[in-house]
Amino acid sequence: MKYSNYMEVTFKALSVNEGFARVCVASFCVQLEPSVDEITDIKTAVSEAVTNCVVHAYPTSVKGDVILRCELEDDVVTITVTDKGVGIKDVEKAREPFYTSKPSAERSGMGFTVMESFMDDVQVLSNSFGTSVKMTKRIKSVSSEKVG
Amino acid sequence: MQIKSRITGGVLYVLLCGELDEHSAAYTRITLDEIFEKPDFKKIIIDLSELSFMDSTGIGVLIGRYKRMKDRDIPIYISNPSAHAEKIFKMTGLYDIMPKIV
Repeated sequence: MKYSNYMEVTFKALSVNEGFARVCVASFCVQLEPSVDEITDIKTAVSEAVTNCVVHAYPTSVKGDVILRCELEDDVVTITVTDKGVGIKDVEKAREPFYTSKPSAERSGMGFTVMESFMDDVQVLSNSFGTSVKMTKRIKSVSSEKVG
Repeated sequence: MQIKSRITGGVLYVLLCGELDEHSAAYTRITLDEIFEKPDFKKIIIDLSELSFMDSTGIGVLIGRYKRMKDRDIPIYISNPSAHAEKIFKMTGLYDIMPKIV
């Protein structure tokens, strides 16, 4: 039988919620018994995606929602971070290492590179109604007994 | 984020305690800049042994401090990074400008 589970939370795009988002996903993924390295990779990728929502999605002082969804299918974790903000004008450019649309704000421009390095796959969908970042990672430490 | 500092033998030791992300970045940036204004040191060592989490926002904060200190010709070194922080440092090339010190 295939193991399957999911959770979804919505919160305001505020930096104070970044820690909550990381811990939320990490706590949910614990049921797959990932290694410390795997869970740290996931927490970091979530932090990067949520930071993008906080910093870029809602440029006015009125902050909108971030929808964080985490799905588990056997040993694969799929995390989707969605906002309803202004979107990314050029996704390919945004994914380039060291590219930042806010160079004066001391941003490293490495957010997507970190996500890509720590997760197995990262997909970005963006238009003028918002952005959705979908990341997957296979938990290598999961044995067949755990998910069977 | 809590930041502790001391100067010994011309070296400014800075200990970062907590999580360095977007939420703590502004405080970290301002506090480090205040500490770095002190005149009595020729080298900075940033100790990350108490840093429990860091993402690429932290890299931006560190690079910003490097640029400021470069103008004063004061080198910055990193000590005691976690395996996770080390992964990010190597990925971003931060060690090229802030070498790891044992």
